[in-house]
Amino acid sequence: MAVTTVSIEGAGTSATHWLKWAVLGLIALINLYAVTLMYIQGETVFALVFLILVATGLYVFAAERAYVHRYIFPGVATMFIFIVFPLAYTIWIAFTNFSASNILTFERARHYHLSQTYRIEGQNYDFSLYAAGPETYRLALTAKTGERFISEPVELRIPDAKAQPPAATAPIEIDLTAIDTPPDQPPLAVKELVRLRGVMQNVVAHLPDHSDLRMSGMRQFSATRPLFQVLPSAQGGDGSILVNQQTKERIAPDMRLGFYRQINAEGEFTGPGIAPGFSVFVGWKNFLRVLTDPGVQGPFLQIFGWTLTFSFLSVVFTLAIGTVLASLVQWEGLAGRGLYRLLLILPYAVPAFISILVFRGLFNQNFGEINLLLSQVFGIRPGWFNDPTLARTMLLIVNTWLGYPYMMILCMGLLKAIPADLYEASAMDGSNFIRDFFSITLPILMKPLTPLLIASFAFNFNNFVLVQLLTQGRPDIIGAQTPAGTTDLLVTYTYRIAFEGSGQDYGLASAIATLIFIMVGILALINIKLMRVDR
Amino acid sequence: MAMVESQSVIYRKLAAHVFLWFFLALIIFPLLMVIAISFRTGNFAVGDIIPSNPTLDHWRLALGMSIIDESGRTIPPPFPVLLWLWNSVKVAVISAILIVALSTTCAYAFARLRFSGRSLLLKAMLIFQMFPAVLALVAYYALFSRITEYFPPLGLNTHPGLIFAYLGGIALHVWTIKGYFETIDKSLEESAMLDGASPWQAFRLILLPLSVPILAVVFILAFITAITEYPVASILLQDEAKLTLAVGSQYYLNPQEYKWGDFAAAAVMSGLPITLVFLLAQRWLVGGLTAGGVKG
Repeated sequence: MAVTTVSIEGAGTSATHWLKWAVLGLIALINLYAVTLMYIQGETVFALVFLILVATGLYVFAAERAYVHRYIFPGVATMFIFIVFPLAYTIWIAFTNFSASNILTFERARHYHLSQTYRIEGQNYDFSLYAAGPETYRLALTAKTGERFISEPVELRIPDAKAQPPAATAPIEIDLTAIDTPPDQPPLAVKELVRLRGVMQNVVAHLPDHSDLRMSGMRQFSATRPLFQVLPSAQGGDGSILVNQQTKERIAPDMRLGFYRQINAEGEFTGPGIAPGFSVFVGWKNFLRVLTDPGVQGPFLQIFGWTLTFSFLSVVFTLAIGTVLASLVQWEGLAGRGLYRLLLILPYAVPAFISILVFRGLFNQNFGEINLLLSQVFGIRPGWFNDPTLARTMLLIVNTWLGYPYMMILCMGLLKAIPADLYEASAMDGSNFIRDFFSITLPILMKPLTPLLIASFAFNFNNFVLVQLLTQGRPDIIGAQTPAGTTDLLVTYTYRIAFEGSGQDYGLASAIATLIFIMVGILALINIKLMRVDR
Repeated sequence: MAMVESQSVIYRKLAAHVFLWFFLALIIFPLLMVIAISFRTGNFAVGDIIPSNPTLDHWRLALGMSIIDESGRTIPPPFPVLLWLWNSVKVAVISAILIVALSTTCAYAFARLRFSGRSLLLKAMLIFQMFPAVLALVAYYALFSRITEYFPPLGLNTHPGLIFAYLGGIALHVWTIKGYFETIDKSLEESAMLDGASPWQAFRLILLPLSVPILAVVFILAFITAITEYPVASILLQDEAKLTLAVGSQYYLNPQEYKWGDFAAAAVMSGLPITLVFLLAQRWLVGGLTAGGVKG
């Protein structure tokens, strides 16, 4: 095979050969730049993953030895990015305090603090702009003392609000030089200044004496100075301690909490964390919270129990209905089997996100058609969304509706394989329809069905869409520390911890997700064992 | 004796028909109800299966037309349903095409070529496809916010980013196509290779044309999976104009602004084509589903 490949490659002109290497080289250069950029910004994990992927890709498409791997690389690479990496990264996050308050990397948090500025009292300058061409202006500043400064013409382009991606807001650096008289033209009117306000806020003006000025009002520039500066090593700084230039307080990163905090002369942390925080490793803390913190452990165990019950009952109900219907529809003598089959599959054919929402409307306590019917017949109006037991019942009803056609389809396929003479023999023994079903059909079906039932259990264990669209986990559990509901499954619970409310505790959510991985992994292994036995 | 038995068979058949019709009535009730509701006046009205006072207002809104209510006010459509449907179809078609392309080339290598790590990769794919994307939504969000910083066209709140994310779910399709390739006789490709065809030519010119049916099955499966996918899309998409139908539809049933009638029309309008695609394709899909499942 290798020989064939080489001959094909050799047959190509040397121009395409060069083109291939040029393209590969270009890709390598661009990606090397991106990786360096990521690494500098402290995104070590992403830089590493990116580097490995690009390097493997380049090798596979460049080396003749890896010819076969060219077929699998694109597919395996996307599976790696979107299945393996997210799993591994979730486990990684589970050991950090990554959350809405600690979202930055340490480098970025440090950069944020170092770029903070404060305004120096008294050093204010009036400013005006002079047009010097299309979207080009000269900036002029006048001090209270009468000193005047002016810049070369600079382009001040108003960023396009609809631009994709949004225009960068990098500071516009402008150098000014001293002059004696103002320019010989009228300055821009206030209306124009208002229009340019957005751009002007990004301008940093440098005076000849090296002071930096920023816009501080509609007509004013003020001197600013960095709020924090690194403590010089001469004063005992190790590069990590920052000094507040206004108050002379010292702050240092607390690597256990993920915040900069004020320190005293002995270097001990005294103050509270200063936002924004950064994410740091916290060890098993998130897992310990799940297992021991009563505000998290209580809801977790309750939700875990309901998740197991829900998945088990869903499988039992759908299987029961599915097998019975399959045996009926497979019955040769029954007229109109094709029509029945088609109509029975309907719940599976309608997109789930639509039918779940339809049920959400039908079950509505006041306007829902189901309560309308119940109140006409029995005179009751149950609160399907307010009572935990009713809400759980509703979830099971809807999930059975959604899931039985799948079981029916599977069973229909398997029923075809059962030899008819088994039934004939049992008929000789005087058996009946019902006994046949329990003594022949069900036992034969169970063996090939078991792995599929486990897969179905795992699917329902993680049935995010149903709960999210029908109840969103509500009614809520009272006294829970994080958002948690009585109809939440573990997946929706992690979703709510991560994306709902103000906490957005990604670390805790990932810890729970990691526990789910372990459970799903066990199910997957059991399944593979079973299938192998099956062969 | 024979007479008695056929009598009991007749009773049994009758019982089966009655049971099936009763069951079907229960199952189809929600679907018929939603069609009825889409023609009812107002968003809170209750009534019979056949509306006493049918109106097309909800359908006009669903089709993007404004309506004028009794007091003469113009009511614009609450949500751009057609745009959402278009977004969904676009994302689903493109991702299904790419999924077919990626999984056929993979499946070809696994079925026909020998290379190191082959069986390990196959097994790993089987295990990893058990972990649904919904378990790693935090990681997805973090991953895409990084991509947004370095390459916005593929980042958060873009359709290419969503399509890119859907390409991860090819493991099962690779197995299905691989199983199909293994049922095709190798001799044709082998003789072509003897005549000097490269593996790529053997794959593209001989194996692919023979595999059109399974590619169609995988395409439709991938299409339906993508068009009904909710969790990942709800994390990645933010702008109303960019939402897919699966993410957007839930806004109709917001407790503060409950639009039951408008939802019904939008649901029937957008759900019907997807349902029809599924029903038309189900004969092949069912085969593919059970084969993929049982073979594993």
